[in-house]
Amino acid sequence: MTALPADTPRKLGLVIDLDICVGCHACVVSCKEWNSQGHGAPLVDTDAYGAAPEGTFLNRVHSYEVVPQDGPAQLVHFPRSCLHCENAPCVTVCPTGASYKRAEDGIVLVNEDACIGCGLCAWACPYGARELDGVERVMKKCTLCIDRIHNETLPEPDRVPACVRSCPTGARHFGDFADPESHVSRLVAERGGYDLMPGMGTKPVNKYLPPRPKDRPLLAAPAEEVAGDAVGFLGWLDRALARL
Amino acid sequence: MHPAPSLIVFTTLSGLGFGLLFFLGLGLRAPLGWLAFLWFGLGYGLVCAGLAASAFHLGRPERALRAFSQWRTSWLSREAVLAAVTLLALAPHAFGSVFLGAGVPWSGLAGAVLAPVTVLATAMIYAQLRTVPRWHHWSTPVVFLAASLAGGALLAGLCWPAMAGLVALGAALLAQWWLAPRRAATLASATGLGVRGTVRPFEAPHTGGNYLLREMVYRVGRRRAASLRRVAFTGAVLGPLVSLLLLPGVAGLVLAAALHVPGMLAARWLFFAEAEHVVGLYYHGDRG
Repeated sequence: MTALPADTPRKLGLVIDLDICVGCHACVVSCKEWNSQGHGAPLVDTDAYGAAPEGTFLNRVHSYEVVPQDGPAQLVHFPRSCLHCENAPCVTVCPTGASYKRAEDGIVLVNEDACIGCGLCAWACPYGARELDGVERVMKKCTLCIDRIHNETLPEPDRVPACVRSCPTGARHFGDFADPESHVSRLVAERGGYDLMPGMGTKPVNKYLPPRPKDRPLLAAPAEEVAGDAVGFLGWLDRALARL
Repeated sequence: MHPAPSLIVFTTLSGLGFGLLFFLGLGLRAPLGWLAFLWFGLGYGLVCAGLAASAFHLGRPERALRAFSQWRTSWLSREAVLAAVTLLALAPHAFGSVFLGAGVPWSGLAGAVLAPVTVLATAMIYAQLRTVPRWHHWSTPVVFLAASLAGGALLAGLCWPAMAGLVALGAALLAQWWLAPRRAATLASATGLGVRGTVRPFEAPHTGGNYLLREMVYRVGRRRAASLRRVAFTGAVLGPLVSLLLLPGVAGLVLAAALHVPGMLAARWLFFAEAEHVVGLYYHGDRG
């Protein structure tokens, strides 16, 4: 049954630091690469070399302009993927039981052999985290790289999701949110990590860290104002040039 | 939402069929023999055509039987189970009316109770989605139920129930268009960046299309929303009411049904085309 587990002893998920994401899309590419060759059906592209190429991705990086009341505009790169919600609406709407949340670690997964491709789970998700694969005709979503994180044949540093492993700035962190002493829980507490669209009642596990306030360097004042106050050699030059 | 023909046909036809089966089950219209064969055949035919159309919407229709398994949690699964149970419960009544010269009241009554519940389950597939505020509103199940009963009464040739159903449908459609909210979130809450200033999409995450944009951020059908509303309201509600009032007897009923069905198809097209999913905020911001 696609009932949600009452509680999960571990809550595995990601912290995404919007302060240091540079929008390089390395996480998008490494996610696509890993998830096209391992667990489950591949993430297929259609018309890859044609006029209208598109494909299935489990992670997308948006860029937003944020204009504060007083200060210059700021560019924020915003990776968007499955938040592995505690109250995941995509799980309960599934008519076949293909969409489920693992009781042991809270990861939301799709059993692709049981998926009928009705698309209702993608409709129930506020975050656009699910895409129906155009070729495989089943629903695809972030698995938190389930075939990496528990894979003992991989070297220890590689046992994290591909997006976390590949991020060149360290903007993505993987860990257990059920443990208040974990790396990710501490980051959320220290930096004010928050939920996306809390009004939807989904209780996301993944958290986003806000951009830090920026320094405000004084903007260079117009030239004549500087010249008016100039003393010494510059003052002499200013007066000499004015007489010419 | 992309107004998929399979879903427009599914919701409209199965609603009509269950409405007709409701009145046949209640015994308000109790045909026997060949007449029963045609009338029950129409009801069963509409429902089965609708369900078959819904299978076309699936990526993997060959696995459709799995959809009967999750009735405890999923409205889509409940709809599938209820549709099958309703058709089975009504089968003795239909069989008796066609072949044995008498209906089976308990079976008819069971079917009459289950048919509107099935329509309600269909409506809840859409009304449950908090991500589409226009659907997540009490008017959605009321429109589905009223449309089913009004259309069913028209097909059953019951003038007064049809008029009552049409008036209810008209009120429910207006409530859906005027009262259901368009927005449930903002780009500020979707990104959590609203506390820092005004948020605006700067650059899209991808230059090609994707499933989300094709399926949920659909805009083309919305451009003519006002004219579609006029067509839908005139066809589904006003036209049938006027023809029932002015043309007594079979002619009025036939004309009313002929106007109602395309009107409802237009209303359902609008229902899907106008649905705005909150994921659109990430792509288009608040201006959408």
